[in-house]
Amino acid sequence: MKYSYYPGCTLRTKAKDLDDYARASAKALGFELEEIENWQCCGGVYPLGSDEIATKLSSVRALNEAKEKGQPLVTLCSACHHVIKRVNDDMKNVEDIRTRANNYMQLSEPYMGETEVLHFLEVLRDKVGFDKLKEKVVNPLTGVKIGAYYGCLLLRPGKLLQFDNPENPTIIEDFIRAIGAEPVVYPYRNECCGGYISLKEKDMAKNMCDKIMDSAKGFGADMLITACPLCLYNLNNSTTDKLPVYYFTELLAEALGVKEEGKDQ
Amino acid sequence: MSSEKNCAQQIKEISGADPLKCMKCGKCSASCPSFNEMDIKPHQFVSYVANGDIEALVNSKSLYKCLSCFACLERCPRDVKPAKLIDAARQLVVRQRGKDYLTADEIPELLDEGLPQQLLVSAFRRYRR
Repeated sequence: MKYSYYPGCTLRTKAKDLDDYARASAKALGFELEEIENWQCCGGVYPLGSDEIATKLSSVRALNEAKEKGQPLVTLCSACHHVIKRVNDDMKNVEDIRTRANNYMQLSEPYMGETEVLHFLEVLRDKVGFDKLKEKVVNPLTGVKIGAYYGCLLLRPGKLLQFDNPENPTIIEDFIRAIGAEPVVYPYRNECCGGYISLKEKDMAKNMCDKIMDSAKGFGADMLITACPLCLYNLNNSTTDKLPVYYFTELLAEALGVKEEGKDQ
Repeated sequence: MSSEKNCAQQIKEISGADPLKCMKCGKCSASCPSFNEMDIKPHQFVSYVANGDIEALVNSKSLYKCLSCFACLERCPRDVKPAKLIDAARQLVVRQRGKDYLTADEIPELLDEGLPQQLLVSAFRRYRR
């Protein structure tokens, strides 16, 4: 199976690991991520104003390119996923935005929200299947206690993201079980890390990440995993005696025995 | 800035939210991770828009404390969307000339080794036009 793939700005720079290990793992699992050409930054946050059009166009271009190839569009960064999925919902369901965005785009055929947007974790759950993933694991992470850090962007608003139950998600815990490790469920796993507040108000983000770290440690986690480069950055800047934080794709590549291939890319 | 009534209307239009649906249960403020940092709390924010009390809102530091985590929006039993109202009030400010909350000149001293690009683009999009 071939998917269109949108890496996003940070996966080209500070979060290369997140990207490299995903590509190596996809190969090992038998699906292909075909990077779309000339993608542009999604903007990092979804423009909430109902009159915002220009700020949504980079997402529409990516979505339309996947549509023209007849492929679902796969994302990996939580922020890109959030933005692109919500813009797609606008293009499908909000007539005013659809009309005005298409007026800008001047495509040969208007984009109406046809593309299916999938996060890499959704591909693992819904297309590959966690049971199939489990069969491909060669280095199970037996005995490792892992806390899933979901954060906000993959889960909320639940009605639009349709990723998992926004208050009691299980997808990353199921992923952790599939790679042979033990999930640790802790109360702060879907609380905010502070997000973009850490640019100007570092203490606010630190306080929030301290709570997340303390919560995960209190429930016995050895490490945290995330899909978001900004969550990783904020969690790594917490002040408490902290747990290591990894991208979920790094542990996936390790379990599939392709970590070296990921590093070489 | 034009009259407060006009501004309240603009906030409602930009946000697409209806503050009159609020039944004042306070779940938004109870869910907000920035609650302690805000001078006007999320549930109060909704009433301020409903009452057209915009001058206080646009001068509130709460505009820059919202994290867009969507906890309030997710948990509101009346689908009022406080996060969208706060964003619209912030837009009303930063769309004016010279009212950016973040300027490019500030960036160099805010950078550090691990800082992801995602943080810069997100902050730029929320804090300025």
